[in-house]
Amino acid sequence: MPYEYLDDVAIADVAFHAWGADLAEVFRAAWEATLAVMVSNPEAVALRETRTFTLENDALDMLLFNFLQEAIYLKDAEQLLLHVESLEVFAEGNGHCLHAVAAGEQLDPDRHEQVVDVKAVTLYDFQLKPTDHGWQATVVLDI
Amino acid sequence: MPIPEFLNRCAEAVWEISPSYKEGMRVPARIFATEKLIDAMEPSVYEQITNVAALPGITDYAFCMPDGHSGYGFPIGGVAAMDVDRDGVISPGGIGFDINCGMRLVTTNLTWNEVQPHIRTLVDRLFERVPAGVGSKGFVKLSPDAFRRMVQEGACWCVREGYGWEEDLELTEEEGCIAGADASKISDRAVQRGLTQIGTLGSGNHYLEIQTAPPDGIADDTLARAMGITIPNQVVVMFHCGSRGFGHQVATDYLQVFLKVMQEKYGIPIRDRELACAPFDSPEGRDYFAAMKCGINMSFANRQVILHRIREVFSEIFGRSAEDLGMHMVYDVSHNTAKLERHAVDGEERRLLVHRKGATRAFGPGMEGVPERYRETGQPVILGGSMESGSYLLAGVPEGSQAFFSTAHGSGRTMSRTRARKQWHGRDLQRHLESQGIYVRSTSMRGLAEEAGAAYKSIDDVIAAAESAGLCRRVARFSPVGNVKG
Repeated sequence: MPYEYLDDVAIADVAFHAWGADLAEVFRAAWEATLAVMVSNPEAVALRETRTFTLENDALDMLLFNFLQEAIYLKDAEQLLLHVESLEVFAEGNGHCLHAVAAGEQLDPDRHEQVVDVKAVTLYDFQLKPTDHGWQATVVLDI
Repeated sequence: MPIPEFLNRCAEAVWEISPSYKEGMRVPARIFATEKLIDAMEPSVYEQITNVAALPGITDYAFCMPDGHSGYGFPIGGVAAMDVDRDGVISPGGIGFDINCGMRLVTTNLTWNEVQPHIRTLVDRLFERVPAGVGSKGFVKLSPDAFRRMVQEGACWCVREGYGWEEDLELTEEEGCIAGADASKISDRAVQRGLTQIGTLGSGNHYLEIQTAPPDGIADDTLARAMGITIPNQVVVMFHCGSRGFGHQVATDYLQVFLKVMQEKYGIPIRDRELACAPFDSPEGRDYFAAMKCGINMSFANRQVILHRIREVFSEIFGRSAEDLGMHMVYDVSHNTAKLERHAVDGEERRLLVHRKGATRAFGPGMEGVPERYRETGQPVILGGSMESGSYLLAGVPEGSQAFFSTAHGSGRTMSRTRARKQWHGRDLQRHLESQGIYVRSTSMRGLAEEAGAAYKSIDDVIAAAESAGLCRRVARFSPVGNVKG
């Protein structure tokens, strides 16, 4: 996946860069990077059930923030580990909106190799910016 | 690294950054550290603590404790007292996402000789009974309404439900329930995240440890006795955890509320979005204070239920009741809070909202708010080191008034998780620890590698700095023998 963990940005936590040719791709890459912080074999997460959600925000970067919070929320509230199955990110009025379908299953300690629990997305150095090849996100997760 | 030139040394372990360092600083920043600790401090700590010094209402200094390291908004180890009668603010970034993350210390009347033959069973059983790791669920099942009632009552709810003893409350900061928690100020999402997490350890740097008190680790025999450390090589249990996903959701919710009003409504410049704040005396400030107190109570309840499980496990293994095993609490102390306290400033008593983020309250002898039995000794302070290095019991001192009676909270990391994971393998580390007489269980070998002792500052250096600066005094040092890692 197009993401990379950063060594020395947040010593107590986990930081990463994620990339994508368009907004949906960079959002998806950041979601997968977040999932891989929690389990080292995300490919073992079977697509057994789905969750659909729509989010909106005036600020594009805060839309990404809320999107990643959704992954953390569903992990705590329903013990669900989820991949992004489909995702649309689009402008609406003066703001931004996304519609996502995520698919996965409940955490199973026998099959999913746990790493560390992600408890929050932080705004520390949080960035979503256009590049020559699309978009880059910088995210620090609170562990 | 050379000592930065903007740092002025005021005493052996006290350094100061003048308000001329950065535009907008209202007070100087003070850092408590030995030269060695300053040498290891990240430059971002200085940036963060001087941003804190610019917040409205900050009184005396923006402090950074000896275990300070880079955080979000405030550094970890940051302490700031805001005068609420002089436009002082409240900031989630000064409390931390894990509201009321803290330490609890419990004694037994067993010695290491008696426990040693059972240590593996003990750790294995604790590992089963105190859930840890990603998405872990506890045994307490509550409806959303019952959860909302629980976060208003904290550990008192637990004791009423049979998960603890009346005396536990007396030995918990705020007697296990901070007044003013209002569950109407928390979101449904926060409730949903916390619902199944009571009695769970979490992950990251959270742990439950069995330790011994070797005779050469007793620094003050009288204080140690007063705090229940009375037998050579006595076995104690120490654990570290917080308000789990619930507290994080409360912090995340209000961070977003504050960002919308901070500059637009209240005219406070945003230097760092993680330093979002609102006046304490504003609708947003009051709401967050009442919601944050629910996080404080959730955390007290979480540690109370974990203690209940620990007592059950010891009782099963040793075939004696927890009472008979002398499993009394020494104290439960928080290191991620903001609390309204009264302190003397320029000869007058003022109402201050003291933010302590990765910093422990350390009230001195005779102070109100310290349990009756510790009025003469000063408040117990519990500082956990890394899995390998040992931990400390300390006591608050009168000189602590210089920093609103606050001290360090642990070792503080010096190496990132990603880097630590590249350097060590969890299984190797587990074997290495076992060869040193420390039996460790973890839900995650990679998570274990991230917590390697060498990724942390030396706890001994941190304690030396805190003691030299006059923030607290040492009582006893404990050595780890068994560890459940989240």
